[in-house]
Amino acid sequence: MPRAARLHSSVSEELEVIAPSKLAIENVSKSFQSASGTVLALDRVSLDVAEGEFVCLVGASGCGKSTLLNIIAGLEKPDSGTLRADGKPVTGPGRERLVMFQEPALFPWLDVFGNILFGLKLKPNLTRSDRRDVAKYYLELVGLSRFEHANIHELSGGMKQRVSLARALAPNPRVLLMDEPFAALDALTREQLYGDIQEIWEARRKTIVFVTHNVREAACLGDRVLLFSPHPGRIHEEFPVKLPRPRDINSVDLAAYATRITKALKSLGQTAAG
Amino acid sequence: MKRFLLASAFFAVLLLLWEAAFRAKLWSPVLLPSPWQVASYLKNAALDGTLAKATVITMRRLLIGYFIGLVVGLPLGLLTARWKLFGDTIGTMALGLQTLPSVCWVPLALLWFGQTEAAMLFVVVMGTLWSVVIATETGVRNVPPIYRRAALTMGSKRLHMWFKVILPAALPFIVSGMKQGWAFAWRSLMAAEIFVTILTGFGLGQLLHYGRELSAMDQVIAIMLVIVVIGLLADKIFFSPIERFLHHRWGTSQA
Repeated sequence: MPRAARLHSSVSEELEVIAPSKLAIENVSKSFQSASGTVLALDRVSLDVAEGEFVCLVGASGCGKSTLLNIIAGLEKPDSGTLRADGKPVTGPGRERLVMFQEPALFPWLDVFGNILFGLKLKPNLTRSDRRDVAKYYLELVGLSRFEHANIHELSGGMKQRVSLARALAPNPRVLLMDEPFAALDALTREQLYGDIQEIWEARRKTIVFVTHNVREAACLGDRVLLFSPHPGRIHEEFPVKLPRPRDINSVDLAAYATRITKALKSLGQTAAG
Repeated sequence: MKRFLLASAFFAVLLLLWEAAFRAKLWSPVLLPSPWQVASYLKNAALDGTLAKATVITMRRLLIGYFIGLVVGLPLGLLTARWKLFGDTIGTMALGLQTLPSVCWVPLALLWFGQTEAAMLFVVVMGTLWSVVIATETGVRNVPPIYRRAALTMGSKRLHMWFKVILPAALPFIVSGMKQGWAFAWRSLMAAEIFVTILTGFGLGQLLHYGRELSAMDQVIAIMLVIVVIGLLADKIFFSPIERFLHHRWGTSQA
């Protein structure tokens, strides 16, 4: 990496590609109280995610896939079951597992650069100039170097999500959790980001858990697509996607996968309705 | 520039109308002095130092009271937003007391503290405090939960969370509360100075009061003008730049 070579040692250490995490989720259950009674959002869900794997969770809204993501992030606690990252139990949120949300959760009181620095400032053993170099590197990675000092409201939806991605990548987490990050974007911007996220995933080697209700998107990005069934939330079926990367969302092979998954999703809807 | 000229023309016309009303002797000159009489009072008061002294005394009272109001109000607002117990008790009390026009504190302050500096300070603090508490509470309650969640995953907690996430996110509300608090403090201080006649220092309100006692209408009008100008300056010098910054950063439209 020519850029990394120019940087001094502690920064290049910080930018070093680190080992992605292995996730082990075992029998995780979670229920919520709602007006109509207790809703079982997750019912004894078990899932292993390999190091550096890209896993997509799909399902109808309310099937518990976002709940599972929040539990992996440590933002919510399961009622029962265990969650381990690299063998260690997850007890709360931490910068090893960073989240990219559907709405850009960027901070409007900071500019683009300030947002990317936010997580870095919470990381020990980095000097001021280290942090700036690292932030610049990720800003370049998402192609927004020119917008370093832009205010958040001046960015388009796609640019906001790029900044969110850079902010989530900057502290060099082992796991990246993405909760429908492209759902609010237009089709063209989305397609561009599918390319970018695959490229970045290749370059930075992260374990990614990606939640979406867009089947094609899931087939395009995931090594594996897990189909969730609602009420109670369970993993219904698993679809390994064996296509070379980078994948094009419009390719015919991909469409075949998407059709299969969609069919399964639809039959689920029918059994639930019937 | 065009707007400035238009505004200047408007005020020039107002002055002309005033002068015309004076010359037409519509009212007794005791009740309506000419603009020149008011100007000459201002000039004399400025030259003999009366005006500067009164302004300094008034501003000192205002700033001390306002500062106390902020220092007490901000943490109280955070407490009421954070803990239900404080919200149900102090929050409810703040909501009630905020609706009380601050001049209503004057009789109580007079009875408790007598004709003293403390009485005036008390009124100013009461004028400031409750709107700061309520604005801070509203601001903190309106922080989108997603900011907290995002910050949590990046390792922010406790004090860092309060100072680097919650407070900055609530800033637009807090600033508008500070501005309202300032306006209330200013009004309540004038009320207090008019009613509290003490010998520890004549503020602008007291000059106004004695202008009335002496039927010196030029003094009354001149001091009112000074009070208006100070209010405007505080807004332009202190609050406008902060509000401009907030509009710029948040992208909210500038009204």
